Amino acid sequence: MSMSPLVIEALQVALLIGGAPLFIGWVRMLKCWTQNRSSASIFQPYRDLAKLLSKDVVLAGNASWIFRFTPYLVFGTVILAGAVVPMLYLKLPLAPSADVIVLVGLFSIARFFTALAGMDIGTAFGGMGSSREMLVASLAEPAMLMAIFTVSLANRSTSLSHIAGVIYSGQSLFKPSLSFAFIAYILITLAETGRIPVDNPSTHLELTMLHEAMILEYSGRHLALIEWAGMMKLFIFMALGSALFFPMGIASVDDPLMIVIAGAVLLLKLAASAVVLVLIETGLAKMRLFRLTEFLGSAFLMATLGMLSFFILE
Amino acid sequence: MTLTFTPADAASGSILLLFLLALAAGLMSRAQRLLIIFSSVVATAASLLAVVAGAMTVGSGTTERMVLLLGLPDLPFHLRLDPLAGFFLAVIGLLAAFVSVYSAGYLKGFIGHRPVTRLVVFYALFLAGMFMVVLADDALFFLISWEVMAAASYFLVMFEDERPENRKAAYIYLVIAHVGAIAILLSFGVMAGISTGFETFNGYTFDAMRQANFPLPWATAAFLLAFFGFAAKAGMVPLHVWLPEAHPVAPSNVSALMSGVMLKTALYGIIRVTFDLLRVFPWWWGAMVLALGIVSAVMGILYALMEKDLKRLLAYSSVENVGIILVGIGLSMVFTSFNLPLLSALALTASLYHILNHAMFKGLLFMGAGSVLHATHERNMENMGGLIHVMPWTAALFLVGCVSISALPPFNGFVSEWLMFQAFLLSPSLPNQLMKLFMPLGAALLALTAALAAATFVKAFGVTFLGHWRGPQRQTIHEAGWSMKAGMIFAAASCLLLGIFPTAFIDWLHVVPEGLVGGNISMSAGVTGWMWLTPVAPERASYSGIGVFLGVILVTAIVYVVLHVRPGRIQRGPIWDCGFEKLTPRMQYNATSFSMPFRRVFGFMASVRERVTLAPQQAHPAFPLRLQYHLRIRDLFWNLMYKPVADASFWLARKVGRLQQGRIQSYLIYSFVTILVLLLLAGI
Repeated sequence: MSMSPLVIEALQVALLIGGAPLFIGWVRMLKCWTQNRSSASIFQPYRDLAKLLSKDVVLAGNASWIFRFTPYLVFGTVILAGAVVPMLYLKLPLAPSADVIVLVGLFSIARFFTALAGMDIGTAFGGMGSSREMLVASLAEPAMLMAIFTVSLANRSTSLSHIAGVIYSGQSLFKPSLSFAFIAYILITLAETGRIPVDNPSTHLELTMLHEAMILEYSGRHLALIEWAGMMKLFIFMALGSALFFPMGIASVDDPLMIVIAGAVLLLKLAASAVVLVLIETGLAKMRLFRLTEFLGSAFLMATLGMLSFFILE
Repeated sequence: MTLTFTPADAASGSILLLFLLALAAGLMSRAQRLLIIFSSVVATAASLLAVVAGAMTVGSGTTERMVLLLGLPDLPFHLRLDPLAGFFLAVIGLLAAFVSVYSAGYLKGFIGHRPVTRLVVFYALFLAGMFMVVLADDALFFLISWEVMAAASYFLVMFEDERPENRKAAYIYLVIAHVGAIAILLSFGVMAGISTGFETFNGYTFDAMRQANFPLPWATAAFLLAFFGFAAKAGMVPLHVWLPEAHPVAPSNVSALMSGVMLKTALYGIIRVTFDLLRVFPWWWGAMVLALGIVSAVMGILYALMEKDLKRLLAYSSVENVGIILVGIGLSMVFTSFNLPLLSALALTASLYHILNHAMFKGLLFMGAGSVLHATHERNMENMGGLIHVMPWTAALFLVGCVSISALPPFNGFVSEWLMFQAFLLSPSLPNQLMKLFMPLGAALLALTAALAAATFVKAFGVTFLGHWRGPQRQTIHEAGWSMKAGMIFAAASCLLLGIFPTAFIDWLHVVPEGLVGGNISMSAGVTGWMWLTPVAPERASYSGIGVFLGVILVTAIVYVVLHVRPGRIQRGPIWDCGFEKLTPRMQYNATSFSMPFRRVFGFMASVRERVTLAPQQAHPAFPLRLQYHLRIRDLFWNLMYKPVADASFWLARKVGRLQQGRIQSYLIYSFVTILVLLLLAGI
């Protein structure tokens, strides 16, 4: 018995949309535990989203169509990005339309428009957030691509399903270049998804905000979409990391049982990655903005080392 | 006799039409309004004729030659329309057509201020010069066309010559253009001489150069001269200083052409000389082009990011894009020298595609900046803001340009950058260890460039069009007229089409790299259908522009519809002011504050001078009365390279000037001494 690839694709998108708040709930729960606090329910993010969705939108007087259009676009691009990462199945029907470079491009679209929306209102905070976000992006993106290039060179492809397939078949497991690229990838994930030490997702202290400053003026369903997209982005980065470095468990045949197993393995991997994330976030303090150059510089260095070890050792 | 219409006829017809326009414009200077409409129609027609000629040549892959019995006796002009020339003819013609439509509205802004006759005459000559450059098939005609183009653009930069900055910019432009032209002349001299063994004059045709075998030292000399000569015109760092001075001060329709296509004629020159005339070269030529391209790209975009003048920002971004194109050319040269034709074709295709893309989005952005300038009489972004509310069309079209130039899918800038990355990722097949190690670093710097470009254009769009108006008082700002809008809409549509149908365009232009480097990627590029671009092989990499485009639209639309099933109200309220009240537009982030973190991080690549002076209060120094902030950002190379040369030549001129005292006696002594010296020399 086999499942149509389109059904798997739809399942994956549904898992992404439905699972992302649960994942965030799990991260927050773990974080509370490690900090000796009692935590809210793991389902709290759903309640937050439902509350925001049921509220009316209040727009600033000066907001243009860019401000209103951005949440939908951000949500749409993030879902599209999630649809091309092999999470459950290696041969997704949408995968050929976007390789890993396009994936980075899709996240750039979301960031570009969020930054514009931050400047649309005409407050100091919005502009400040946009400026800082673009700075972090311009430092993180070369490191991200460098890490990705290392992985693509080791697997001779930039296509995500192909990379996962090659590693899966055991041809390039535990290579030194991949381990360096993996360290770089962790650092970049922290920067790209706005986690400590780069950004603090739960701050509303004016001067430390990066991402939050850009979306300060959002409310109602617009805010819900942006928050939800942020949750999905973290989910995708974790799933992408697992597809690039630990693809074990992703189904290579369209057997329903395998797909279910793939789903279970994915959830296990995500649960484990949340532990790592929380340990990093609890162990570190948020960095000053201008120290991020060193942080992301070291990510870049790690990726470069991976690249060099690929050329020298492999 | 049968009448057949060949592409070469169309191309020469186009040039002829432009010369006639230049003549007719002089006669029509009494009726300015009529002149503007007439010139716009004729220039558009001539440009479209060139597009037809170019597109047909590239499509059919034919080569046509013509000999004009003009020029010096026995040395006629040679013209040749081959696929490479055809490609550039099409690129130049396409943008020229859009800009000519735009000009009809833009030039009306000058009515009542100054006559536009001179502008129209030189505009026509400028276009004709560019078309002739790509058609020329001998050194003589090439240099004459090159000078027609340079001189015409000089007069266009000088159009508003009452402002001293324009005169200064035009002067710097003229000097650097001619230093470059001398280098090109010398390069052709070397090649012409070697190809005939310094015996006859016939080496001046490109055909003679194509058939010659150049010894490596002479080939290197010719290449370096040609490369730096053309690079000066293309605005490659460190020869770029004229570009951010000259492009912004020209009228905006001319800026669009100068940045969009004039720079490309210089890149055409580089491609023509290396791949067509010299043909065989060592790998380090390519490595040098690649390295200089990367330096241009990174520095160009950093200067653009720190700029607050909208048109200067765009000019610096042209430096960046020329860098990206040079990276592609350099990669292609490296691959060619190691005899990898397929990879070379991939890199060259990426480069050519970026040439076409940059023409479209930079043209669009300069036209947009022109509409803003036309409406607000302002180039300084610090005095703008909120224009999206009064100029919705211009804002939306400018946004398309920003998205395209920031290499965001599914627009066209992304496709060429993606192809460039793919070419970089194939570098492990190079046999040279050193190149292998440094290639990925180049790719990472290209990624840095793309990310900084996104920051630059968030700033350009955000500060100009979003937020509140920052200027002293709000004048009557109006939306651009229909012809200006039309010109921009055409360019924006091309940006989108080039982004979502890349396979069709790559298939169209495949003859150009095939003729130059012998590889053809169009077979593998469309192997899984027109929807997917697969430059090497489907399992290696694939991208579907139309898939991403439709996907984003579809998902966004579904989300929108789902959330609007239940009608929700939208209230408008005042901005959250943190309880302080009295927020003023001056409290917004502006261009300078937006780029402040970037100045901190990357400021070492420019000469940034920042000074803050506080006027202290009597009561307590912690509460200053006034704060003054000065910021001056200068090009690093201006102080490092140009100022010493300029100072030295002025110093020398002053020393030599002492000879000149205005007394007849001393001049007689000079003549006498000269004669004595000459007699002595003759005696020996």
